[in-house]
Amino acid sequence: MDKLKIAKKNFSSRLIVGTGKYTTMKECAKAIKISGAEIVTVAVRRVNILDATKPLLMDFIDPKKIMYLPNTAGCFSSNDALRTLRLAREIGGWKLVKLEVLGDKKSLFPDMIETLKSTETLTKEGFDVMVYCNDDPLMAKRLENAGAAAIMPLAAPIGSGLGIQNVVNIKIIRNQTKLPLIIDAGIGQASDAAQSMELGCDGVLINTAIAKAKKPFVMAEAMKLAVIAGRKSYLSGRIKKNIFGSASSPKLGII
Amino acid sequence: MNKKNKIKIKLNGKTVEISKNCSLKNLVTIFKIPLNKVAIELNMEIIDKKKLNNIIIKSADRVEIVQFIGGG
Repeated sequence: MDKLKIAKKNFSSRLIVGTGKYTTMKECAKAIKISGAEIVTVAVRRVNILDATKPLLMDFIDPKKIMYLPNTAGCFSSNDALRTLRLAREIGGWKLVKLEVLGDKKSLFPDMIETLKSTETLTKEGFDVMVYCNDDPLMAKRLENAGAAAIMPLAAPIGSGLGIQNVVNIKIIRNQTKLPLIIDAGIGQASDAAQSMELGCDGVLINTAIAKAKKPFVMAEAMKLAVIAGRKSYLSGRIKKNIFGSASSPKLGII
Repeated sequence: MNKKNKIKIKLNGKTVEISKNCSLKNLVTIFKIPLNKVAIELNMEIIDKKKLNNIIIKSADRVEIVQFIGGG
């Protein structure tokens, strides 16, 4: 079977879905179900102490059925990211985490120096770290050397919906690493997800493109199918590109 | 209410008044915190949830209680 393997765990779905930006938690839970995702990213935030009895994400998405991937979204320093993931581990024993250390508020590009530092520390502390990063092959290599569990380059800025901007860089990263390679940000439509898979990526992480589509449930299904289609297309061994035509019907028996 | 028996702490960034000799366990009970879904930090140090009974909160302590919410 063709499974996605991350930190010795197997997953049937290669689509990872973010749980932010949905109108309601109910809508989020339904979109995730339709997407077929087995891993969802979650953020760590303060409990509302004025009303701690309000329903929580865990009441809608059962962490025993869907794997929670705690994320450090919104962290702009290594210290903040480490603090967040140590707390996340304390909530429920999560060792598989997503590291994201941002460096610029406008582009939301990652600060790769802080990201690398955090990867080193977290790996030493026994975390399996999936690392959000720039589409820079050299940095990707350094993250791999630091013990990352997965490399997660952006396709384009988070939430931009621009699709893969640097196809060549993604190809180079794919070529140099056997680690799980997951496109993490910037997907806008199903064809972007399919393209990621056709480039040989192991998976795609999508949040905004589903949550903010006019019909999130329809897009959730589109993304599910696109990831499957793209993966099969990649595995099929596509034909060589040729600038000339090649007729599909035999010449023999022509009238 | 006798003010002498009260202390002020910061809970999730908000100033909160609680009784002296209040343990972390008492605090989470007062605020109805679902313990199995949160992590607790006292003055930037993560606290083992099994040991909440043994930790008495002091004046000006900073307590953070966090949970998972939707995020990308």
